Amino acid sequence: MRKGLLIGTVLLAAGIAAGWGITMPRSDGPEVLAGLTPNPENGRRVFLAGGCASCHAAPEGENDLVLAGGQRFETPFGTFVAPNISPDRGAGIGDWSALNLWNAMHHGTSPEGAHYYPAFPYSSYVRATPQDVVDLHAYLGTLPASDTPSQPHDLGFPFSVRASIGGWKLLFLTDTYVMPASEDPQIMRGRYLVEALGHCAECHTPRNGLGALDTARWLEGAPNPSGSGQIPGIAPDKLDWPANDIAYYLETGFTPSFDSVGGHMAAVVKNYAQLPPEDREAVAAYLKALP
Amino acid sequence: MTTVTRLAALALGAALVAAPLTATAQSFDNHLAARKGEMQIMSFNLGILGGMARGNMPYDAEAAQAAADNLVAISQLTQTVQWAEGSDNMELSNTRALPAIWDDFADFQAKWASFGERAVALQAVAGQGAEGLGAAIGGVGGTCQACHEAYRQPN
Ligand code: HEC
Ligand code: HEC
Ligand code: HEC
Repeated sequence: MRKGLLIGTVLLAAGIAAGWGITMPRSDGPEVLAGLTPNPENGRRVFLAGGCASCHAAPEGENDLVLAGGQRFETPFGTFVAPNISPDRGAGIGDWSALNLWNAMHHGTSPEGAHYYPAFPYSSYVRATPQDVVDLHAYLGTLPASDTPSQPHDLGFPFSVRASIGGWKLLFLTDTYVMPASEDPQIMRGRYLVEALGHCAECHTPRNGLGALDTARWLEGAPNPSGSGQIPGIAPDKLDWPANDIAYYLETGFTPSFDSVGGHMAAVVKNYAQLPPEDREAVAAYLKALP
Repeated sequence: MTTVTRLAALALGAALVAAPLTATAQSFDNHLAARKGEMQIMSFNLGILGGMARGNMPYDAEAAQAAADNLVAISQLTQTVQWAEGSDNMELSNTRALPAIWDDFADFQAKWASFGERAVALQAVAGQGAEGLGAAIGGVGGTCQACHEAYRQPN
């Protein structure tokens, strides 16, 4: 953590020295989404695979679809609080356009042109397609509104300065995939689900001192960020389950020996259980195809 | 540091060293063996039913009924002594039980009770053919999941 802070300070200084120019928040104009027609039904699929509710649902809420925010995430950099992303026009994102959502998910940039923290896993969502973002935007609009105000984060210096994220993005935000492209459409779908929407790596891959994923140890397991214990590795040298057992786990939560899923993975399974079987099979095929 | 604060720090240090020693004086090994054992028996019986539901082994009404009966029988064991306060993963290295169990022990008991309800529902259909098995197992699995999500640390 010491080291992280130190590098963070250096980066911040470097970011400022290099000039606001290269670390300035980026965003795209309307042409990226031109001609796309929203399909909220597919948006629901994106929403489930993206696990948005796991972080944005109210902590004590009865209904996972009220995205009032308020869950707290302890990290070495401080505590993040998930904001309200329900369709409320004041407290939530009811007045956002699809383009606003695109820029948030693809560039980590807010409608006001500020950097978002990577605790919002846009370093995965950067790979999502424009069509999926447009569909997701339409689906989010169908969910219940909540007027609960978003809470501020509780972060130490230099992380409390949003400009410091510019240097981080420059180093770590990329839409290239970790697994090379494959001929097999099922593996390609799995790659999209895992690397773009599923943000599986956010939990299953260890991080460097700056909180960025160590792609050299992709899905090899990591310390549990919230509390004790290890998040298991799911790369082939760590997980030898056959593909159909992986798909069955994502559907039911049962391991091959009929232990039952727990921890933060339970929420992932709840989402994946609602996706079509071919999506669970595609994720399994991807995991088996990893080197 | 003044002498006084240094002495206080030393005393605190001594207390911290002493605390784990007194804690190990009470062994929870049997408690852990008992509760992990029940969990293993549950997995074992669910595995029989799950194997049939997935078509990995042929459906056998008698064996399915017996496995479901076993789950109901375990659900009727009281969950008190083997979950003694202080036998959590902050105090002991060989358990995954989170201290949160004892922050709301009534909720822990309620989650066990809902496992029992779903086991009874499974018992009612287990002997009637492979068709209803998948859904009933899913119902039981949801109750395992709910408790593991709240009260068990990842490996
Ligand atoms: C791992 C937890 C996590 C997941 C999963 C997650 N988010 Fe977030 N999200 C956050 C955090 C934390 C922030 C606050 C970031 C900041 O303030 O810089 C945030 C911010 C946002 C914002 C900006 C809100 C505002 O008021 O400016 C939007 C929009 C958003 N998320 C949408 C989504 C969508 C859509 C998904 C699913 C595809 C999603 N999030 C998944 C944690 C998460
Ligand atoms: C009321 C809470 C609760 C319910 C319900 C529950 N479990 Fe558990 N389970 C736990 C806890 C807590 C542990 C960790 C025990 C420990 O490490 O001391 C555990 C551990 C386990 C283990 C690992 C045992 C070992 O040898 O380390 C298995 C397997 C397991 N459970 C299977 C199941 C299955 C299958 C079900 C449903 C049929 C289930 N559990 C229902 C709380 C529960
Ligand atoms: C929010 C964190 C998080 C995310 C996101 C996540 N996982 Fe997990 N995963 C876990 C944890 C924690 C466990 C251990 C579960 C337990 O304690 O029972 C786990 C366990 C697993 C296991 C079982 C491994 C074993 O050896 O038992 C598989 C398979 C798995 N995850 C696959 C995935 C896939 C595929 C994705 C993306 C679709 C994913 N996970 C996303 C946290 C996460």
